[in-house]
Amino acid sequence: MKFDIILAGVGGQGVLSVSAIIASSALEEGLFVKQSEVHGMSQRGGAVLAHLRLADAPIASDLIPHGCASLILSMEPLESLRYLNFLSPDGAVVTAITPVQNIADYPPLDELLDRIGKLPRARLVDGDRLARDAGSARATNMVMVGAASHDVPVPAATLERFIEKTFAPKGEKVVATNLAAFRAGREAAL
Amino acid sequence: MSDLVLLGDEAVALAAVHAGMTAAYAYPGTPSTEILEFLIRYQRRHGGPRATWCANEKTAYEAALGVSFAGRRALTAMKHVGLNVAADPFMNSALVSIHGGLVVVVADDPGMHSSQNEQDSRYYADFARVICLEPANQQEAYDLTREAFDLSERFHLPVVVRLVTRLAHSRTSVRVGDARAENAVAKAPVSKEWTLLPGNARVQWRALIDRQPEVDAWSEQSGANRLELHEDADDLGVITTGIARNYYVENLEEIGRPLSHLHIGAYPIPVGLVRRLMRQVSRVLVLEEGYPYVERLLRGLLPSDIEILGKSTGTVPPDGELTPDLVRHALGLPERPGQSMPGFQVPSRPPQLCAGCPHADSFAALTEALDGMATPVVASDIGCYTLGALPPYSAVDSCVCMGASVGMAKGASDAGLRPAVAVIGDSTFLHSGVTPLMDAVAANTDMTLFILDNETTAMTGGQPTILPPSRIEKLVLGLGVDPAHCHLIAAHHRQAEANRALVERELAYQGLSVIIAVRECIETLKTKKKAQG
Repeated sequence: MKFDIILAGVGGQGVLSVSAIIASSALEEGLFVKQSEVHGMSQRGGAVLAHLRLADAPIASDLIPHGCASLILSMEPLESLRYLNFLSPDGAVVTAITPVQNIADYPPLDELLDRIGKLPRARLVDGDRLARDAGSARATNMVMVGAASHDVPVPAATLERFIEKTFAPKGEKVVATNLAAFRAGREAAL
Repeated sequence: MSDLVLLGDEAVALAAVHAGMTAAYAYPGTPSTEILEFLIRYQRRHGGPRATWCANEKTAYEAALGVSFAGRRALTAMKHVGLNVAADPFMNSALVSIHGGLVVVVADDPGMHSSQNEQDSRYYADFARVICLEPANQQEAYDLTREAFDLSERFHLPVVVRLVTRLAHSRTSVRVGDARAENAVAKAPVSKEWTLLPGNARVQWRALIDRQPEVDAWSEQSGANRLELHEDADDLGVITTGIARNYYVENLEEIGRPLSHLHIGAYPIPVGLVRRLMRQVSRVLVLEEGYPYVERLLRGLLPSDIEILGKSTGTVPPDGELTPDLVRHALGLPERPGQSMPGFQVPSRPPQLCAGCPHADSFAALTEALDGMATPVVASDIGCYTLGALPPYSAVDSCVCMGASVGMAKGASDAGLRPAVAVIGDSTFLHSGVTPLMDAVAANTDMTLFILDNETTAMTGGQPTILPPSRIEKLVLGLGVDPAHCHLIAAHHRQAEANRALVERELAYQGLSVIIAVRECIETLKTKKKAQG
């Protein structure tokens, strides 16, 4: 079993936290994991990409080869299209729909969402709204983990356990909000 | 033995702790920063070993060298261009008789994710005639760093551990071993071996040259260099170094026939192993991250009967970082199609200054003050503020290396471009901007130095500046800058009008002026507020 995930977003959207929660959960399930991150300059409001590779055998490359990703999980709609060449012909795109319009030539949103919807397996999730409903606009990334949880080869209960562990230092309320966000995302993506 | 999930950088750091390191020194630089960050956290939790940020890579290197002189183990870490700054102590430390193990971790950045070039540190190791270890994965980063300390003491040489971005910043499980005790303090026994007066240096240089056969013999049998020969596979052989091996292995299954393969993880290059491979094949493909270092050594100056494929032949691109797909192409395997969206070009999203960044206010004041001037020059430097080069500011004419803004503004002014402005951050100023400012003070150069003091080293994640911000003004005045032309301002839009007027005034002044624009980085401010709850 191999499951490669391209994680995409804009600097500051919590891409690395998403990657860390899925990676820790997969390790807990006894899978081999490689998690390649971007640090430094590109984090400043630019496009952020992380490669996350899960497998039941040792993994050689830290980078996902083209055409091999089972999933693109994106925190932002435009970013969900940036790495399509990595996505396998039967791979899925799960993306949040709220744009980060910090560039002048950002395409019209309706047209953009329409394009994403025409991909073979695309799931558009109103992450921001679901996160606000769950208690915090900052939990969008956990909504997206929930939305992807049907595809990711890790039990939802394990993901929940690592969400708890990650946010425990910030108190019970933050844990509850992020768990609610995860569940809302999971439900929305059914 | 236990398994931990570590970044390549963290694997190196923990290995140093487990190897009995006494102290580590560095200046932050992507992709090496997380080594010291890990060690600083470790020190906080466990009370040691010492881990300290330094003013720059040269001072960090020299502190590490002092630890070695005292018989104890030291690590210094830097990004590839940091080794340029530390090149003086690095080259010369190859001639002293290293006492406590000295490990120099250099993280190269092929593809220039966060750098201004993609120089290959293996050339530096070769230049200095020292051992270089190049781990292929996080486990090797741990194992080889531990070994590097032993090798340093065995051969009395500094040992380079070369990382690349994709290893430094990728995380996986690593099996770690038991910790070794630190060395006791024991001064290097022979002072002459550390005092590079020409008479001593000649002796030391000769000793280094004489040691070479011993080092070469070690490399031939090093576990990091592995030759796999297949007698029936006599056509194409492959040489990989470092993480290129991972991309080769990723594609191996599909090649469908065994290939003779030499992996190099330790330098000097194991010539005997190379010779054995070359006897077996008619073509050899060289896969290495960075410059075609091994490839050029193989090719030499004169033609050979064996065809050598690599960066020089365009089999793999001569620039940028390797990927599994580029290696796939080099091995003659068909491209693996992904998905696409014909007719739609995803617009690029370059990094930019954060909303509310103090640098934005400084650039606003500067660009307004410069508006309409015929030949202004704004030399900038290495840091977040380099992003002032991009729209909407487009305020920067140059960015070359740490501290270059100050010297370049001086030279441009000397040559006749006015007004000449240098824009540099607080941390970069303390790293390499103070010495060129002395030159400008000595000549009373007609230029304006704009120090953007956000009270942190922001680009690499907010490490503390080596001196508290309040000292910068005293330092500048202490160098002899005229107090009437040294100003401390708040980089805030509420001060926009006053700041613009002040900048205009100092641009018009025909002499050296310094403006220190102070406001804390909003990212570090946020982090602080979060920590305070």
